[in-house]
Amino acid sequence: MIGLYIAIGVLLLLAIVAVAVYNRLVQKRVRCEEAWSQIDVQLKRRYDLIPNLVDTVKGYAAHEKETLENVIQARNAAVGAQGVQEQAEAENMLSGALRQLFALSEAYPNLKANENFAQLQEELTSTENKIAFARQHYNDTVAVYNIAIQQFPNNMIAGPLGFQKREMFEIEDPEQREAPKVEF
Amino acid sequence: MAVQTFHQLIARNKRNSVLLIAGFMVFFLGLGLLIGMVWSGVESGGVDPVTGEDRPVEINWHFSVGVAAVAAGIAFLLTMASYYKGGDALLSMSGARQISKADDPQLFNVVDELAIAAGQPAPRIYIINDTAMNAFATGRDPKHATVAITIGLRQKLNRDELQAVMAHEMSHVRHYDILYATLMAVLVGTLVMLCDIFLRSLWFGAGSRRRSRDRQGGNPLQLILLVIAVILAIIAPILARMIQMALSRQREYLADAGAVELTRNPDGLAAALNKLTSDQEVLEVANRATAPLYIVHPIKKFEERSSSIFKTHPPIKDRVRRIMSLVQ
Repeated sequence: MIGLYIAIGVLLLLAIVAVAVYNRLVQKRVRCEEAWSQIDVQLKRRYDLIPNLVDTVKGYAAHEKETLENVIQARNAAVGAQGVQEQAEAENMLSGALRQLFALSEAYPNLKANENFAQLQEELTSTENKIAFARQHYNDTVAVYNIAIQQFPNNMIAGPLGFQKREMFEIEDPEQREAPKVEF
Repeated sequence: MAVQTFHQLIARNKRNSVLLIAGFMVFFLGLGLLIGMVWSGVESGGVDPVTGEDRPVEINWHFSVGVAAVAAGIAFLLTMASYYKGGDALLSMSGARQISKADDPQLFNVVDELAIAAGQPAPRIYIINDTAMNAFATGRDPKHATVAITIGLRQKLNRDELQAVMAHEMSHVRHYDILYATLMAVLVGTLVMLCDIFLRSLWFGAGSRRRSRDRQGGNPLQLILLVIAVILAIIAPILARMIQMALSRQREYLADAGAVELTRNPDGLAAALNKLTSDQEVLEVANRATAPLYIVHPIKKFEERSSSIFKTHPPIKDRVRRIMSLVQ
């Protein structure tokens, strides 16, 4: 009789632990999704800003057609991209095209002096930073999640219930900054 | 205790805040009890005006506990006020005013970027109308946080440096340093202020009270005041020290490290700190209670002669050295 009670007790305890583990994993997965949606928000904002920027630049540097077209093309490719990997590649192209555009503006003092252009440049710089930071935050969140689903005993729950490893948002940017090693 | 992780850092700040509140309540409770005991004791003792005999000194415990309860009630209200409104109080003490995005789009963009990097809501942004270079953060948690920057600092930093300074402040927010520091500044600051006022009024009031004394055995109120004065005179300087220790040097190093973790750009923070050292102007709106909150000590000369263990901010040279070692 006592053996039965102990068995029931142990099973109950295991069930409680399992539920707790499951809930924690769900929370971590939701955080990944939130982090991803933040990247999306910023990317959309950049798509919206680019046509304005191109129009402003056109007024001052109409014969720089190639650079402007590159930006538009890269933007459209990024809007239509599917999946994390393809998206990442398209976004990197777009970042490169925008950098070229801003480098070009150095040669046009009138353009640089334009208040509208200065505003757009600040907004785009900020959006670029926001995308980079959102990506950084997404990768950090995914790293935490990926570790969590592989650890014991989480993996006993994560495997059967369909918690899959998530891809990181990789970028091949030589200027990308290394994550520092922070020790407390 | 050595702090190992980000979460332990937050847990420590929350625990310290609870301890601080508990200590504050106990202090008021004890003070109330003492006042009640001395008051009732003095009232009962002395010479009986009718028979002329010495009466025994009796302490009325009901009365004492009642006074203690009232004191604890006041302490509770003060605690609630500083938890919910402490940040606002510190901001108005510093003469800071809230700005909107139209006032300074770049500053707002920079703070929004860092909020995204940290994965937390963007704090409110305040400007301090002072040409000295400084910044601080306050509030009770990331959802109710404020960052404030002086006009002097805002104007002298480029975008990267501004980002670094704001990242340092955001780290204080993330680590819950703001909760502990704000509670400490408001609660202990109030107490120290009360002590100052009290001691000064006692000093100036002593002469007139001596002349008006007509009863043998003394006026109970006067005796109580004297006892409290002695206690406060001992405790006030200790409390002031506690404020200075509230934001230990370790917290500043950790906020610097947290800033680099957010921006991944140690050069920006190093450049900003170097600009901050070059500024010798004193921030007039800061005082003893709010000084530990700032990114660098508001009295810049403090940096040079602060070699004691009680200093609140580490030397900037040392901070820059540690920041650069993070990425090697």
